[in-house]
Amino acid sequence: MSNKLNHSMSLAKPEANDLSSKQKIAVFIGVVGLFILTLALLNINFPNKTLFLTLSLGCIAAGTVIFTNDLYLTKLEGIKNDGVWFKSISSKGVLGWVTGIVLTLFYIVLYFYPSLLGLGQKGESNTGLIALFDPLSQLLSGRPASQWFVYGTLYTLAILVFGYKFMLKYRHNKYQQLRTASVMFFQLAFAFLIPEFMYRLNSDLPYYDLKSIWPLNYYNFERYRINQFIDAGDIGLALLIFGVVSIFIITPILTYKYGKRWYCSWVCGCGGLAETVGDPFRQLSDKRQVAWKIERWVIHSVLVFVVLMTTAVIYSYLGKDSSKYWLTRDVFLGLVAGFLTLIFALTLIFKRKELGKDAIYGAIGYLVIIITLIGLHYFSSGSKLFLFKSETLRTTYAFLIGSIFSGVIGTGFYPIFGSRVWCRFGCPMAAVLGFQQRMFSKFRITTNGGQCISCGNCSTYCEMGIDVRAYAQKGENIVRSSCVGCGICSAVCPRGVLKLENDTMKGRINPTEILLGNDVDLMDFINNK
Amino acid sequence: MEHIVIIGNGISGVTAARHIRKLSNKKITIISAETDYFFSRTALMYIYMGHMKFEHTKPYEDWFWKKNNIELKNGYVKTIDTVSKTLQFAEGDNMPYDKLIIATGSKPNKFGWAGQDLNGVMGMYHKQDLDTLEKHAPNNKMCKRAVIVGGGLIGIELAEMLNSRNIPVTFLVRESSFWNGVLPENESQMINRHIKNHHIDLRLSTNLKEIISDENGKVKSIIIEETGEEIFCDVVGLTAGVSPNIDFLKNSNIETNRGVKVNRFLETNIPDVYAIGDCAEQHEGINQRKPIEAVWYTGRMMGETIAQTICGNRIQYNPGHWFNSAKFLDIEYQTYGWVFGNKAKPDYEQHFHWKHEDDTKCITVAYHKETNEFLGINTFGIRMRHETFNTWLTEKRDVNYVIEHLKEANFEPEFYKTFESDILSAYKNQLQIV
Ligand SMILES: Cc1cc2nc3c(=O)[nH]c(=O)nc-3n(C[C@H](O)[C@H](O)[C@H](O)COP(=O)(O)OP(=O)(O)OC[C@H]3O[C@@H](n4cnc5c(N)ncnc54)[C@H](O)[C@@H]3O)c2cc1C
Ligand code: SF4
Ligand code: SF4
Repeated sequence: MSNKLNHSMSLAKPEANDLSSKQKIAVFIGVVGLFILTLALLNINFPNKTLFLTLSLGCIAAGTVIFTNDLYLTKLEGIKNDGVWFKSISSKGVLGWVTGIVLTLFYIVLYFYPSLLGLGQKGESNTGLIALFDPLSQLLSGRPASQWFVYGTLYTLAILVFGYKFMLKYRHNKYQQLRTASVMFFQLAFAFLIPEFMYRLNSDLPYYDLKSIWPLNYYNFERYRINQFIDAGDIGLALLIFGVVSIFIITPILTYKYGKRWYCSWVCGCGGLAETVGDPFRQLSDKRQVAWKIERWVIHSVLVFVVLMTTAVIYSYLGKDSSKYWLTRDVFLGLVAGFLTLIFALTLIFKRKELGKDAIYGAIGYLVIIITLIGLHYFSSGSKLFLFKSETLRTTYAFLIGSIFSGVIGTGFYPIFGSRVWCRFGCPMAAVLGFQQRMFSKFRITTNGGQCISCGNCSTYCEMGIDVRAYAQKGENIVRSSCVGCGICSAVCPRGVLKLENDTMKGRINPTEILLGNDVDLMDFINNK
Repeated sequence: MEHIVIIGNGISGVTAARHIRKLSNKKITIISAETDYFFSRTALMYIYMGHMKFEHTKPYEDWFWKKNNIELKNGYVKTIDTVSKTLQFAEGDNMPYDKLIIATGSKPNKFGWAGQDLNGVMGMYHKQDLDTLEKHAPNNKMCKRAVIVGGGLIGIELAEMLNSRNIPVTFLVRESSFWNGVLPENESQMINRHIKNHHIDLRLSTNLKEIISDENGKVKSIIIEETGEEIFCDVVGLTAGVSPNIDFLKNSNIETNRGVKVNRFLETNIPDVYAIGDCAEQHEGINQRKPIEAVWYTGRMMGETIAQTICGNRIQYNPGHWFNSAKFLDIEYQTYGWVFGNKAKPDYEQHFHWKHEDDTKCITVAYHKETNEFLGINTFGIRMRHETFNTWLTEKRDVNYVIEHLKEANFEPEFYKTFESDILSAYKNQLQIV
């Protein structure tokens, strides 16, 4: 399936999707809200910032809510994908491209030129857009706003209002409603409010979004943070321990029981944005097999990169003398190498058959890391790792992966590549969870016997670009590392073929040649060959 | 190398080709005059509705065929010479074959209505029909009203399609209630109400008399048989069933009736010529099935079966328990085993019916009056598990067992409200009343 550009715009286009007058009013209200933000961006100094900020955010929220109500509540419950491929915004039309470019520019400014947004330089007070958000920041944490506060506020607002939209769109679907409520809650509480309150309670603590887990939160174990954690006393230490526990204990248990969806579709902020704001773009993900091949290389390279980078960073600030502190550089390297070897060995022993050719790729990744670790041990001096400084490695990662990939490409390109580009190609957390989901989890998408009619709705609307149909039409369960368990394939399937389930590991992967419904003897003959 | 030629690149022909390829390295050619590549006919509606583009309806990427060494030919087979084993194409060229599989599918029924060939009158079967619809009904300005004739599965899909572009639809159904030749009365009536809730003008017990032309040979209106009412419209959809697409065989030696006559091995009267899918007609229906089964699943099963025979493991077409599915606007429908509507219901068949108060979910369980054996279930708005019912049917469970264990068959998404206990208590109540 190719994802060619939308040419329908030049043809006599279906006009059934025109906006109703109520929707036009709603758009107007929303645009007023955005317009206030734009004016602030252009350095208009509003007299009463609290009022105008409230007005602006209020208008954006009200506009979206009114629009949504008119869009969905006037219709019966059911799948609402009419006209998706006719609308310019959701079919890579002009509107889609324009939105993509504007979003991308916004990210570039946000990451690299915050002064353009009005960030006060060298202790000066904020101006422009950022100043507009000062009152809210003062209210929450008692300090002036930063570009990250502005971004965080808009991000949270977006998840909330588009989450509302998504919940109405799927108001017949309890699974969709619950998980959306969940991401809305986690974004509002964990990413937005709690860190601000934590700052109020203890301003020594580093910003910590508790649900953001290493390696997604790649900077969690950097030196300055470790120092801050330790300086902040018991709470800080508790948070640090929580950071380690969440990746090594909590994550594996939950992923075993529920698959990676517990995180990607229920908790994560990136996932939250993709599922709400990004929902109109989910069908744009590339379903071709080559995209899958590229995906696997890229995402696992990022994982290798982040493991190396983090190891090098931690290594660089650990001591050499074991009498001062037990965790020395060598102990640390040994731990990392031992842990990776354990995982690699267990996988090979128990899952060799399932892996097939992939085992080779796994082995390559493993070898790269181990050799580097050995290299680290023998050839490093001070903060250097081979020729690179660990600091260089860190800044490169932060720039390439942390900013460009997850922000600019990951979100800015929603209208072009679909909503989960980052989650699919870039996120190292997704790689870790996905690996476990594939190897050691009760989660799968069960296919309903022979009921598939190969229509393709599931594949089209899979934001991760999984060709769900390829499995369903063979009566085979879907067990894929990239599946984030959003449940949309199941929702849009017109024949009730797909069900996300947690069940026993046995028989989870069940390739079939002859589907249920045919001659039983033939099925036995072929499928058990 | 033996050359296997398949006419028709639908689900039956393609399934046959894929399985033959798995079992052998014979030369395989698939012929079609419709599209270059296999697409899912069942997804046609979603293209018009804007849920998918045509590309998305192709179950295999275009490189798949070359990689699997399956040759594709775009051409229309005009005649078959079974003596010299050659096909003649309308384009003038020929193709020899060693074994031939006819998998040409169906075509829409037309019952000789006056005006049935006017511009703006169409069936809804082939890709070309979709293109025609797109031309005549791109939006509700070009098409102020559409009339659909024939209340079957394709008719209701066409109604949903037009409805998605806010084109007013009048839906003429010959029967007294939607699809009640197949569905039990309660279910059929629930669907009637659902259709009307979508603002579709459903006319039951209503027949088409004729289609009237404007001065340019385009449809202007239709006349209703019963009342003589004239309904102005720009498009008329003829969806009164389908029949095998085999006119091109009429002058060949291959025996045909409504479809291509085949035995249980899917062999025609001519050696090395087989027929599968919508166009095949059994001498007798198998296990209460009809001799011609125009459904996706049958085409697929026949494809799976014929591949064995072609590759030396000659086996009968021996389908398992009947199942099917559809979607009526927002209501999904699944069926397992046999549940008959009033017209075809055997004497021994008894029904238990439950309906949810929201009028979008219901089930009907059929069982044997004397033995209580579970015969089948229709389920609307509640997804159920194929495998579970298949097992119960094979084990010949009785109806009490099935209703008590209905939970095991639940296939709804997680967190959905379940209705098994409501159903069970309704069932017990009914037993007390009887
Ligand atoms: C709108 C619609 C919705 C449907 N929905 C469902 C559903 O939900 N569930 C279900 O079970 N079934 C459904 N069906 C029925 C199902 O699609 C058919 O049963 C199935 O596609 C038949 O497959 P086939 O391979 O036998 O033939 P087809 O898919 O019809 O393929 C035959 C092909 O052969 C070509 N051909 C015919 N004659 C010649 C010739 N002389 N030369 C060259 N090429 C030729 C035709 O053009 C066609 O491309 C639906 C059908 C339609 C039209
Ligand atoms: S396979 Fe289904 S549940 Fe998984 S990511 Fe794709 S659409 Fe979501
Ligand atoms: S699983 Fe459902 S949505 Fe996917 S191709 Fe099959 S019938 Fe269509």
